[in-house]
Amino acid sequence: MESAAIIDPPMITPVSSPQQQVASGSEPTAAAPERPPAFEVERLSIFYGEKKAIENVTLTIPSKMITAIIGPSGCGKSTLLRSLNRMHELVPQTRIEGKVVFAGEDIYAPHIDPVVVRRRIGMVFQKSNPFPTMSIAENVLVGLKLNGVRDRAFLRERLEQSLRMAALWDEVKNDLHKPGISLSGGQQQRLCIARAIAVEPEVLLMDEPASALDPIATAKIEELIHELSSNYTVVIVTHNMQQAGRCSDYTAFLYLGRLIEFAATTKIFTNPSERQTEDYITGRFG
Amino acid sequence: MPIAVAPERPAVRSTIDRMAPPSGLGDKVFKWFTLAMALAVVALVFLVGWQLARGSSLAIHRFGFHFLATSTWDPVAEQFGALPFIYGTAVSSLIALIIAVPLSIATAVYLTELAPLWIRQPIVSLIEMLAAIPSVILGLWGIFVMIPWLRDHPFPFLKKIFGWTPFFSGPIYGVSMLAGGIIIAVMILPIITSVSREILRSVPNLQREAAYALGATRWEVTRIAVLSYAKKGLFGAVILGLGRALGETMAVTMVIGNTPQIRASLFAPGYTLASVIANEFTEATTDVYLQALFEIGLVLFGITILANLLAQLLLKTMGSTIKSGAVQ
Ligand SMILES: Nc1ncnc2c1ncn2[C@@H]1O[C@H](COP(=O)(O)OP(=O)(O)O)[C@@H](O)[C@H]1O
Ligand SMILES: [Mg+2]
Repeated sequence: MESAAIIDPPMITPVSSPQQQVASGSEPTAAAPERPPAFEVERLSIFYGEKKAIENVTLTIPSKMITAIIGPSGCGKSTLLRSLNRMHELVPQTRIEGKVVFAGEDIYAPHIDPVVVRRRIGMVFQKSNPFPTMSIAENVLVGLKLNGVRDRAFLRERLEQSLRMAALWDEVKNDLHKPGISLSGGQQQRLCIARAIAVEPEVLLMDEPASALDPIATAKIEELIHELSSNYTVVIVTHNMQQAGRCSDYTAFLYLGRLIEFAATTKIFTNPSERQTEDYITGRFG
Repeated sequence: MPIAVAPERPAVRSTIDRMAPPSGLGDKVFKWFTLAMALAVVALVFLVGWQLARGSSLAIHRFGFHFLATSTWDPVAEQFGALPFIYGTAVSSLIALIIAVPLSIATAVYLTELAPLWIRQPIVSLIEMLAAIPSVILGLWGIFVMIPWLRDHPFPFLKKIFGWTPFFSGPIYGVSMLAGGIIIAVMILPIITSVSREILRSVPNLQREAAYALGATRWEVTRIAVLSYAKKGLFGAVILGLGRALGETMAVTMVIGNTPQIRASLFAPGYTLASVIANEFTEATTDVYLQALFEIGLVLFGITILANLLAQLLLKTMGSTIKSGAVQ
């Protein structure tokens, strides 16, 4: 516990991340895909009123890969995730310092409209939250309709495509007009995923998307996340280390609002650089 | 009473053996007590209805259906027709709803979705104060402030623009159906606002976040996540307001003009069921007259109950008709 205070320069450069090197432009390794990173979080601190929930976090989230954020409850995982599409701003009296660069632009720059940011960066929540007055089809298409898409053929196509991607099509294709809340818990969560990907965001943020589900539904969601990563950048928060180990390419370990370590998932789970990471992974605390 | 047969009984008494067997008494008392209370409420409603019917039996016999369908109210000639009062109650309540519902719901939306935190409580307190103003005081304000103002400014303006319709034509006196509706609107505004506010506050934040995450603007969030989620509850709030509007007596009596007539023009004076009872009860010297007033009460009672039943029916159909999929 006491070692938390010792890590003083809180910036821990994830040396092992090839994306980091690509981003800084220095000696791109041959193996690394030459893609720009999805997010560059720079010296980010987040406050709820006076309380500092995230402290000086710097990390680079690779695109078209799955990045997991792990850490004990209350360490700021959700806060960090929600800062990536400015959702945390819905809590009154939040304040940030630092930058979150997405697609080459700081999403906190004064001229950036959070509504536009959220259209490009979708989100799935811990508890499934379909709109109860809408049918399955309406739930999937609500984002497109909000953005003024009226072309029926296109909507129909996106409906099927999104539900297929969310591995839900076969189960609901005959019940598209039924209320979204008539589905089971796991199906509702996949419906929410379909709703999020229907607008074709560039990134999908997921906050413990399977924590309210039974093991079978969880397995389905994990498989789905894996599939999604070929098209999307996925950032997933989980307090379930096995889940992070199973379905992510990179893992960030947060503790008390600080980024302790960020590296390839295999490295975090087999050979972490930090004592605290090791303690957490091996279940000695948290 | 062991649930499963234990292979062998330990000599020491286990904790479960020390516990008293569950007593069903509390549950029974609880059940019968609550049932009795619920029945008492129902009985009270029936009792009121029955008393009103009994009090007006003579009039019901004498006038029959004509009571509801004729417009002459002449106590001297013992001619009693309730139609102008039914009309007055219906129209003034309708005007009140048309004015108060959008205002109340907009206020509630502002208070829960948009207003900065520091301003919310002061506004809520002000609205609660409005609810606390006695009806008769509001009536006085209506007579001395609202009516002169309405007569001099908004009414002539309405007449100029909509004078070609029958609703805003004819002479302007000040006291009128419209003034009655407006004062009722003021009276039902607080209740609709505060109930709507509670309803909107009960919408889970997760619903709002779902909409925000799709890139919805505040208005879009309010529309797709808040209002549609809450529409049943909001409808309930409106019905509560309607109940108040139908029975509202004092303030409306002071501004509606108390003339038993049916006029298309909202500038013309009118009369409501509640007002005529309040005004004429002390003057009802003959039996028929008194009975006729009782029957007016019965009609008002019936309308109120009917409105509530209708509302519940509507709510049921609202629940079962989720708009079918947009692409089908
Ligand atoms: N709405 C809020 N208001 C104030 N403090 C908050 C709020 N949400 C979270 N926090 C605080 O921020 C810290 C991080 O919370 P959170 O990001 O939810 O953690 P995690 O998701 O890792 O459990 C916690 O200490 C929590 O108390
Ligand atoms: Mg969390």
